[in-house]
Amino acid sequence: MRRSSLVGVLQETSFYGAVAFFFVLAAFPFYWMLITSFKTNADLYNVNVTPFWFHDPPTLEHFRYLFDKTLFATWLLNSLIIGVCVTAITLVTALPAAYSLARMTGRNGEALGIGIFLTYLVPPTLLFLPLSRVIVDLGLQNSLWSLVVVYPTFTIPFCTWLLMGFFKALPVEIEEAAIVDGCSLFGAFVKMAIPLSLPGILTVVIFTFTLTLQEFVYALTFISAADQKPITLGVATDLVRGDVFFWGEIMAGALIASVPVAIAYNLFLDRFIGGITGGAVK
Amino acid sequence: MAAVVTRDIVKTFGEVPAVNGISLNVPNGEFMVLLGPSGCGKTTFLRIICGLERQTSGDLLIGGDLVNDMPPRARGVAMMFQSYGLYPHFTVRNNIAFPLKTQGIPGAEISKKVEWASQLLGIGHLLDRRPRQLSGGERQRVALARALVRQPTALLLDEPLSNLDAKLRTSARQEIKQFQQRVGVTTIYVTHDQVEAMGMGDRIAVIDRGQVRQVGTPSEIYNDPADRFVATFVGAPPMNIVARNGGYLGFRPENFLPKDMVKDMVKDAAFTEFQFRVDRSEYLGSERIVYGVLEGFDTNEVVTAKLPPVHVAEAWIRPGEWHPFAVRDAALRHFGNDGKRTSRH
Ligand SMILES: Nc1ncnc2c1ncn2[C@@H]1O[C@H](COP(=O)(O)OP(=O)(O)OP(=O)(O)O)[C@@H](O)[C@H]1O
Ligand SMILES: [Mg+2]
Repeated sequence: MRRSSLVGVLQETSFYGAVAFFFVLAAFPFYWMLITSFKTNADLYNVNVTPFWFHDPPTLEHFRYLFDKTLFATWLLNSLIIGVCVTAITLVTALPAAYSLARMTGRNGEALGIGIFLTYLVPPTLLFLPLSRVIVDLGLQNSLWSLVVVYPTFTIPFCTWLLMGFFKALPVEIEEAAIVDGCSLFGAFVKMAIPLSLPGILTVVIFTFTLTLQEFVYALTFISAADQKPITLGVATDLVRGDVFFWGEIMAGALIASVPVAIAYNLFLDRFIGGITGGAVK
Repeated sequence: MAAVVTRDIVKTFGEVPAVNGISLNVPNGEFMVLLGPSGCGKTTFLRIICGLERQTSGDLLIGGDLVNDMPPRARGVAMMFQSYGLYPHFTVRNNIAFPLKTQGIPGAEISKKVEWASQLLGIGHLLDRRPRQLSGGERQRVALARALVRQPTALLLDEPLSNLDAKLRTSARQEIKQFQQRVGVTTIYVTHDQVEAMGMGDRIAVIDRGQVRQVGTPSEIYNDPADRFVATFVGAPPMNIVARNGGYLGFRPENFLPKDMVKDMVKDAAFTEFQFRVDRSEYLGSERIVYGVLEGFDTNEVVTAKLPPVHVAEAWIRPGEWHPFAVRDAALRHFGNDGKRTSRH
């Protein structure tokens, strides 16, 4: 009796110990960003106190600097424009592509899908050379629209492959029933396949948006005008002057950019994934 | 509503023929049952008729029009899938309404028809649920309602009652049959349950390995099977088949009776006598099934007799005993060496 309760306590402790360890590991960088962005510079650079908490009262000076002295609001807007456009382009392209690969190509579809996925793995550091020619030919150099053109080259392959998996998991009888009930193939795709793969579509949206938000190499090579920069580039180029890092401002910028994404992840992912297709077939 | 005619339909998947030359003529308003063992190509044949699958060769006519190259929605056929294919993101009401909506029928009429179909199948109380909140049998009835709700050129039902309990199945059988007679819609009904086939079909097509073995009314199928396959596939227990004179002799268990009974029954018509050794018997309430072998025949050929209530009492018949049994000559069926029916040998 005593023995087993001791074992139970040990098990509980080690379980929560492990959870706590990984929690700290995952959350610490975020916490560091949070406190840094609210610390005064004096507090930030004081090496004689523990750096894990405030010693001067928290301040908004970094945020004020961001919005008053830099083009931060423009960068934020640029990132948003790029993100929305790229996501839209990706969805419009990847949904029909994935559907046809999943449903209409038989066994070749699998190989084709993997082939498309492989193009995602070609590193941007190789691709920006040929792509820069394309951008110049399109007359988009030094414009945020160059990124709207370039980012789909890696979001579409990955998202096509991802959506293919979702479409394959749908029972084909649902679309067949719709077709027999009077839909065209396209009608069945729009009325059945798309709403039923909503979890997949949301995954694609979040994935694409995050990817465009954090992309750096293409942005750095294609854009130098300050008012065309997305947030990653703007923060990294305009808040690091020579070897002076504006840590407070950098962290404040990162905080503002990451909070909406974190909220979106938590709201959508859990709520929508799973449980939609239940009950369609035997 | 329209006649469905198929001419030598073949469908192969790779090398394997799933449907191997089916020619079937289903006149307008007929209730045709396709009966056959699992994997014989019934579902594939229905999918060809509704247009989800393109036949490898052969012609399909609906209402006199060649529809080989018409898309499913132009054929106007309703189909209930073996695995239902309900729309999981729609409520039951919208599931049933969907085929009407795609036809652009006005809303008021849709709700009336949905109401009617759901009453017919006893799912009126489920209209606002979603498919995942239903039991297997309820899902099946929703799928059936969705197929019945519109006025199709032909109604294709793929094992529509397989998931219902015995009582519901009997009543649903009634409902479908009555509905079909009232509306007069051409119906092709797939099943491997022969009670359903016999009870519902105007005609039955018995299918084996992608080919039609026999088409006929239930009594033709039962009393005049075209070959050994049909003879042994229809009827429970199946027809007894024993080898004789280089051919085969068949008789139904219920015609294989104690000699005295047969003698009383036939008056002066001819009958054939057998010595029957009883090995085992099963009491089924209203009848008794007796298993044994015949004297002078291969002992591997188990013969069954279905005894009427008079002989149901245990005491009358015991394992190991020999009894004189007989079959009216009129109830004997002869099959050639190839399994095809012959008049005599
Ligand atoms: N898409 C397919 N690809 C390859 N073979 C198939 C395909 N669909 C069916 N088959 C084969 O064709 C044959 C007939 O299948 P079908 O589904 O028509 O049988 P069924 O008579 O409906 O059987 P059940 O009573 O079990 O539903 C089977 O041997 C099956 O394996
Ligand atoms: Mg089937």
